[in-house]
Amino acid sequence: MSDVAGHTERVRQRTHEGFLAYKGFRWAQVATALCVVAVGVYFVAASRLAEPPSGGSWLGYLLGTMSAGLIVWLACLGIRKRVITAGHYSLKAWVSAHVYLGLSLVVLGTLHTGFQFGWNVHTLAYALMMLVIASGALGIWAYATLPERLHGNRGETTRKQMIEAVESLDRQLADLAQPLDRAGAEVVRRSIEDTEMGGGFWTRLTNDHRGCANKRAMVQLRALPNPPSARQAEALTRIEQVMKQKDAVLTKARRQMQITAMLEGWLFVHIPATFALLAALTAHIVSVFAYW
Amino acid sequence: MSEVFKIAIIGSGPAGMSAAAHAARKGLSHVLLEKTDHLSDTIYRYQKGKHVMATPSVLVLRSDCEFDAGKREKILEQWDADVKAAGVNVRFNADVKAITGDQGDFTIELTKGAPIRAENVILAIGTQGNPNLMRCEGANLPHVQYQLDDPGEYTDEHIFVVGSGDAGIENALGLAADAAQGNTVTILNRSADFARAKKANVDALMATRDAGRMTVMTETTPSLVEPGWITVDTPQGSSRHRCDRIIARMGASPPRKFVESCGIAFASDSPGAFPTLSPTFETTKPGIYVIGALAGYPLIKHCMNQGYDVVEFIMGVTDLEPADEPLLKEKLAGLPGNRKVSEWLAFLRENVEILNGLSPLQMREFLLDSDVRAYKADEAIFIRNAPGSSVFGIASGSVKVEVDPSNPNITVPIGKGSIFGEVGLISGRKRGATIRAAEPTICIEIPRMAALKLMAQVPEARDTVNRITSERQVLQIFKSGLTPADIQEVLAGAEVMEVRPGQAIINEGDVSDDLYIIRSGSMIVEKNLGGKPVFMSYVPAGSYSGEMAMIERSPRVATVKAAIRSTVVKLPAEPFRRLLSRKPELRKRMEEEMHARKEINAFIESQKEEFGGAVDMYSSVANFLIKQGIGEATDVLLIDESLCVGCDNCEKACADSHDGISRLNREAGTTFANIHVPTSCRHCEHPHCMSDCPPNAIRRGPDGEVFISDTCIGCGNCQRACPYGVIQMDKPPPKKPPLWEWMLFGKGPGPGQPSYEWRKKATKAEGAESPKLAIKCDMCSGKPGGPACVRACPTGAAIRVTPDAFLSVARVDRR
Repeated sequence: MSDVAGHTERVRQRTHEGFLAYKGFRWAQVATALCVVAVGVYFVAASRLAEPPSGGSWLGYLLGTMSAGLIVWLACLGIRKRVITAGHYSLKAWVSAHVYLGLSLVVLGTLHTGFQFGWNVHTLAYALMMLVIASGALGIWAYATLPERLHGNRGETTRKQMIEAVESLDRQLADLAQPLDRAGAEVVRRSIEDTEMGGGFWTRLTNDHRGCANKRAMVQLRALPNPPSARQAEALTRIEQVMKQKDAVLTKARRQMQITAMLEGWLFVHIPATFALLAALTAHIVSVFAYW
Repeated sequence: MSEVFKIAIIGSGPAGMSAAAHAARKGLSHVLLEKTDHLSDTIYRYQKGKHVMATPSVLVLRSDCEFDAGKREKILEQWDADVKAAGVNVRFNADVKAITGDQGDFTIELTKGAPIRAENVILAIGTQGNPNLMRCEGANLPHVQYQLDDPGEYTDEHIFVVGSGDAGIENALGLAADAAQGNTVTILNRSADFARAKKANVDALMATRDAGRMTVMTETTPSLVEPGWITVDTPQGSSRHRCDRIIARMGASPPRKFVESCGIAFASDSPGAFPTLSPTFETTKPGIYVIGALAGYPLIKHCMNQGYDVVEFIMGVTDLEPADEPLLKEKLAGLPGNRKVSEWLAFLRENVEILNGLSPLQMREFLLDSDVRAYKADEAIFIRNAPGSSVFGIASGSVKVEVDPSNPNITVPIGKGSIFGEVGLISGRKRGATIRAAEPTICIEIPRMAALKLMAQVPEARDTVNRITSERQVLQIFKSGLTPADIQEVLAGAEVMEVRPGQAIINEGDVSDDLYIIRSGSMIVEKNLGGKPVFMSYVPAGSYSGEMAMIERSPRVATVKAAIRSTVVKLPAEPFRRLLSRKPELRKRMEEEMHARKEINAFIESQKEEFGGAVDMYSSVANFLIKQGIGEATDVLLIDESLCVGCDNCEKACADSHDGISRLNREAGTTFANIHVPTSCRHCEHPHCMSDCPPNAIRRGPDGEVFISDTCIGCGNCQRACPYGVIQMDKPPPKKPPLWEWMLFGKGPGPGQPSYEWRKKATKAEGAESPKLAIKCDMCSGKPGGPACVRACPTGAAIRVTPDAFLSVARVDRR
């Protein structure tokens, strides 16, 4: 059927697979093979030597060079992601390789140490590397599990629409507050002016909004004395409804920000730790060669 | 006895104003009649500060008024000064009701004041004054109106405003403005958002809605109007509402009724047709001339030149060299034969069949849009699978069509005078075969828009194209060595049908046996399984349907209905069966295809029994995508929400690989079962955006992408025409500092589309004012790696697909 229309395609990724399953787990296989070979060679070498091969042995140098090269290459993902060149590359393939080769560093790096640890810059570099990998593993978990929650929560509402919804409810609140007395108007004013949608990173991540101005205003509204006129009473009832609506919108928006924060949060460890690792790695290499 | 003017000019737009200015400079007695109280109402109503472009830039301006690209205010000011300086006799607030009489003594009746008499009349009224009408049943009832003079006139009414442009929104806001009037106002919008309207208007509309003073119904169209009631189709089904008044504001087209009442004939019955004109712009009513947009020339420069020319013609000048002469000279330079422009025009017109019916004036304009090319023997004119929607006419020589892709030696000739490439014109898909010149050949290449205009203007051309198209399409679809002679009997009974979206051409269980060819649009095949319609397959244009009942003489096994507005050709069964019995090769081919289709159906049916859920999922996802307009897409961006982490790297990549503005909005758009259709161009088969582009700047590129070239004038027609809201009007931001400076020193806004604040500041610093132009996805045209949005997705959530690949049965396996 489709050949009638004669579609031939330019380079185009139409295969629908995620970064973990990219090309039938190609990079998982490469990384596994790398680890198996490294472990095999290590133990063969260890059985022939008096003591286990340390970083200073030929195997240590080999593993160290490979690991250092990998670390630098893995760090380059940050550049690859941002430099949009016209040529044929796939960031998905890069991420896939980044994930699996990064995980393989657990084996390569550990073998490189020869299981010799101490309170020095060498072990610092190792610890930082493990921290980077651990935070990366957290990232894999986040990327694999959170997207469905992210999109399930927002449905078809965009970020902008959520903000606009709150603004529009605020306008309604301002209109409705007209007949109220001073105390009532003050409560509404607090809901309109003091409500913070997000807040700092920690607030967003924990989704802890106990101090939300709108929530407080709802409590204060109920505590107001009975209004003298029927008009004010009706206004108060409608204001409470609108505040509840606002609360629902805020809850949704904040849950959205929480999931987004979880998707980003691990990067706040991963990226700085990577830079620290690159520095420690440089120190490690320089010191090894300088103080040989 | 009132004065008899030599020339009365109706309409003071660029065309009418230029004519009046020239008449004044030449000392002719004249009057310029303008309906409103200012000159050039169409330009006047442009938004404040709008940058008006002057295209085509190569065309020389010949007018007594000045015109150069610039701000609306500056241009209007200039024209006011020019009109004054020329001493034009303008009469404002002169709304023309009727034109009677004959050449030498016309009487122009106005709605107010004494009639005006003139020897000649120049109609330069444009197309803005004639609103598009509602088409649903009951639309002719008296409470349906197309204008709203004073919103304060109506009280305590249920009023529906139809249309989502600025006019409709402003009317609706006016009606709802004063709560004391007690009107219940509803605005209907056929699409999901108000992309056509100014932001300020949309914001005000939304605020009014939120305040509970108005109802906004999106994705809704009126389906039935009755006294006191309206029935509308919403995404949730149809519903009936109280309605005392309908105000329809849905754009404008040529004011045909008025023009015809003056005794002027139109070129055809098509709604897009223009009046028939002589080379001197004279209509079929001697003494009345038509210029400007009403003559089919929407560009300001053309209009102004015509104003000048028509006055010269009325003065009796016959040897005026047209202003476009240098353009044509350049276009035809380098062709063999040493002909002059006028000789080329005559040569092409006489030799190419579909051009025979053109007037010399039309031919001249036509050639401005088209290209004439000479080919050596065996030179390829286009190759199979190349995209292209232009039509070629053979002026001399002949071409050969390589009908068999596996063997270029099998060719079919097409001779002088005929056309080729017309399938691309009608179905918007890629070229079906390679065509080479059989001998030294001269062809005229006619772009799609020019060809459609030609078909609208010249009925003979339309019939010729339709006849040739049906014949060639049948030959191309069924191949098998058929010749035109073989299929004449089948074609004699062929019927071209327009099908509405959702309308079935074949119903499951019916006893009918005709065969259908899908000429444009696309079809979906559904079968009733376990009481539910299940999506079976997608049939794109250039394919056929209904062969099972025709071959097996059995009742229909599935329902075939249109995914989008489509054109199909119905071929009667009996002559086709006779054709099959004469051509065993064709019979074999069709039976093979039929078995393949049957296998797919059987597969889905068996899956349905075993894994009902998977098939239901496949079916409902397919239906969702069809509803999103995927049926008319050629390449669409989808996002798998189970993979998307919301990093917006797709948007950043888009902005960075173009001029700094993202052409897609990831977050916006609709979602179903993890498949998100973001707001991004789907490169429709028949792009809505192309339908009304004055400089013809929207084209289909070599990879099938629909792109906007740099001849865009920023009129915004395409943005209004796009039902998916994927075109934005914006100016490219200033250049950002290089990425490494951002990474190392934090200079500039970083990757992606810069923030509004940064753009504002940087534009100010740069000092250059640039116009807002239409911006849309070009599928990263010319970039070898393909679309950047997909390349830059870190998780593989973003994919680009063609509908027939994505809606294939293979999807059932996956789930």
